[in-house]
Amino acid sequence: MEKPRYKLPEACKAGDVIDIKAVIIDPMETGNRRDPNGAIIPRKIINLFVATFNDVEVFRAAFGPGISANPYLSFTLRVPGPGQLVFAWTDDDGQKITETATLNVTA
Amino acid sequence: MTAHGKDGEQTDQGLRLGTEAGVDADRPSRRDLLMRAAALGVSAAAFGTAFPVAGAALADEAVAARSDQFKAAYEALVGERKLTEGAVTMTLPDMAENGNMVPFTVYAPLESPPGIDDYVTKLTIFSTANPQPVIATFGFTRLSGRAEVSGRLRLAKTQDVIAIAETSKGELLAGHTIVKVTVGGCGG
Repeated sequence: MEKPRYKLPEACKAGDVIDIKAVIIDPMETGNRRDPNGAIIPRKIINLFVATFNDVEVFRAAFGPGISANPYLSFTLRVPGPGQLVFAWTDDDGQKITETATLNVTA
Repeated sequence: MTAHGKDGEQTDQGLRLGTEAGVDADRPSRRDLLMRAAALGVSAAAFGTAFPVAGAALADEAVAARSDQFKAAYEALVGERKLTEGAVTMTLPDMAENGNMVPFTVYAPLESPPGIDDYVTKLTIFSTANPQPVIATFGFTRLSGRAEVSGRLRLAKTQDVIAIAETSKGELLAGHTIVKVTVGGCGG
């Protein structure tokens, strides 16, 4: 997995419900495909995405092989106030990628 | 896109979704989506005890496609518990040209202001005919704002896609929609 990207509103106020989008590049190999010799290509997917705000979990997604390649998510957050969002993707091998974003919260 | 069901009729459940779901007035496009999602359901298909009543030809095809692994996974999650049918809005295309990349939005409109203990905690999306029955499971918190998530999923063939949401009080909400798939995308 590589190239995580996210999208947040440019500015928001405490109490707003904002949309957050996150995507990452990964083939999400299902474990159902066969190679030219007929052997199964083993499953290798990102199985978990967790979003935290100031170290408190706000949203999580556990993916199965039925989620498309380059898994994309759009989810929401009720903004408690200023703070830091951390997005973490974990794959079947235990590899983890994180991205940190600061929410621009105006009074 | 045309609505499915013999006459695209709106069921009681569909109308209820549009008017009682508490959709924000300042997001009319979402209301449109909700009404369209309601119309996508098979007419008069009560989700019933566990599976919809077969009626229109597409419903028959979807019910016939149900896999054993879906039934087992569904029973494991739902068991004998009661569901509120039609309470989860599913927005997926009527027809997916590419089964590898089917956009979805699922929304369980049971939110409460912070401090009130009745909100959606978990939502599971089932494929009824893929090799693996659980597409994804989402966890929401009081900070989520809305129990709503969009993404992209894979469908091996024409099937019913079912969402089961659970609230902090342990109640179950359900929604489902049939997607016709022309080119399957699970690799199996």
